[in-house]
Amino acid sequence: MALVEFRDVHKAFQRDSERIEVFTGLTLDVEEGSFTALMGPSGSGKSTLLNLLAGLDRPSSGSVRVAGAEVSTMTSAQLASWRARHIGFVFQQFNLLPVLTAFQNVELPLLLTKLSKRERDERVKIALGVVGLEDRMRHYPRQLSGGQEQRVAIARAIVADPTLVLLDEPTGQLDAKSSREVLALLGRLNSEFKKTIMIVTHDPHAAEQAGTVLHLEKGTLIEREALVR
Amino acid sequence: MKYLPIVLANLRRHKIRTLLTVASVSLALFLFASLRSVITTLHANSQFGSAHRLVTTNATGIVFPLPMAYAAKIRALPGVDAVSWANWFGGRYGDGKSFFAQFAVDAESYLAMYPEITMPEDQRQAFLHERTAALIGTRLVDRYGWKVGQDVTLQGTIFPGDWTFTIRGVYTPTAPAIGDDVLLFHHEYFDERIGHAGIAGWYIVQIADAGAAATIAKGLDDQFRNSSAPTKTGTEQAFQAGWATMLGNVSLLMGTIGTAVVFAILLVTANAMMMSARERTGEVAVMKTVGFSDRTLFALVIAEAGAITVIGAVVGLGAAKGFYRAVNFNGFGFLPGFSVTSGTLALGGLIALLLMLASGVIPAMQAARLSIVQALRRVE
Repeated sequence: MALVEFRDVHKAFQRDSERIEVFTGLTLDVEEGSFTALMGPSGSGKSTLLNLLAGLDRPSSGSVRVAGAEVSTMTSAQLASWRARHIGFVFQQFNLLPVLTAFQNVELPLLLTKLSKRERDERVKIALGVVGLEDRMRHYPRQLSGGQEQRVAIARAIVADPTLVLLDEPTGQLDAKSSREVLALLGRLNSEFKKTIMIVTHDPHAAEQAGTVLHLEKGTLIEREALVR
Repeated sequence: MKYLPIVLANLRRHKIRTLLTVASVSLALFLFASLRSVITTLHANSQFGSAHRLVTTNATGIVFPLPMAYAAKIRALPGVDAVSWANWFGGRYGDGKSFFAQFAVDAESYLAMYPEITMPEDQRQAFLHERTAALIGTRLVDRYGWKVGQDVTLQGTIFPGDWTFTIRGVYTPTAPAIGDDVLLFHHEYFDERIGHAGIAGWYIVQIADAGAAATIAKGLDDQFRNSSAPTKTGTEQAFQAGWATMLGNVSLLMGTIGTAVVFAILLVTANAMMMSARERTGEVAVMKTVGFSDRTLFALVIAEAGAITVIGAVVGLGAAKGFYRAVNFNGFGFLPGFSVTSGTLALGGLIALLLMLASGVIPAMQAARLSIVQALRRVE
């Protein structure tokens, strides 16, 4: 059974007097435990698709279901609670809170749970251990390299054990070495920890890490490519 | 409590700005407490006065004296128990930079009529039995280090010459409006030094029946209506209120300007706090993405504004209360009994609460209503 189901999704934006149609009836399934890369030129709707999937935005019409839950009809409060439990999101710009340490940044999603301080501490240490930054937990983002910041962001995305990990151009701001490290980490999260991962990227090397590559163009799925890793 | 580190981290983000914002709130509330205390003290003093005491002044104005001969006539009026009198002296001590009031009083009747002026009995007797003796308030002891038995010389301004008095007693007022920085001396000595002019600045009339005050006052004034010095008699409270009214315009002016200054500071503070919240739009969007609800984000922004205003209020209002008490402030003698009342502190707290809401609610609502996608500018 598909973990993610897009059914006849329409999405349009109003920019001044102009109406921009991004999706006009997109239908798409993503299997549980898969590693999917979304590729396509700018404006093709990759990030919009990710935003709809994470409940950060709503479709104009159609259905977006994740793990059996209809995301498109949830209220704002329901979406926040749902995101806290089911979605781990990684941004291109890392988007760590600069006033919090790596540890505190990773702890953020756990503050929304009923876990005790000790349980939260344990989980944060595990997550930072997975991304190889246990020795940087007291550092602030400004004290970390770009690659390290992105690994902290990934730790934040996985610490609450979400159903789905979504990454928007996660290597877009990184050098080649850091990119390779981050991609290797994502591969490990998928293969070793069975995380369902969806990544938006322009980078063919990043896409190679995925099991499936979806090509979008002008809001239409033009190709589904299965890769053998 | 688990969100406390986030609130504290945000407060530490720009330490100097946070410090200045807290300082602004403190200053605004310190000013507010100070100005309001002037008004409440003036009001409290205007309420002072025994229902059994009337004050008679020259109908033309208090600066014009009355003949001493009136004393016996007033005492003879029905309903009058006792009469006393006093004169404003207006002397200068030292370089004259620090002012205090001096009154020439008919000592025995004056002290009998004002039980609010208390002192040890031996000092009272020593004062009453020495023509050049003076009685001083406790504040003058603190200010000048004067001691009982010491000679003090004042330079007369209205009544020229050097006037030397021997301090024979130190009084403590039981009513703040009496003032604790006054020097009292014998009217008899005063009259002798000014060549037996036979003048009194005002009379204090003690009556047995407070309910008959209006009738007695009218009878008293009627008696002197056609004399060369007609009188105006009223209750002591009305007399005090008259003083307060004289200062009233100053109070209004100070209140108006002060309120404007306080609110200007508060607006600047609110603006700084709102700017601080607006700068973090992107971070709010990230927290929403992580799963923070609108309500939690609203509470976090309000908590931050609350921390600034609460600290500012505690410092500002606490400083006002502590400072004026520590220096025993009395407005250079014009505001005896000056104190920052609990009502003023409560009102200051309310202003702090309003400031917290004014500066916190708008950014908190903006944070709560923020569109994540727009904030992150990730629209393709």
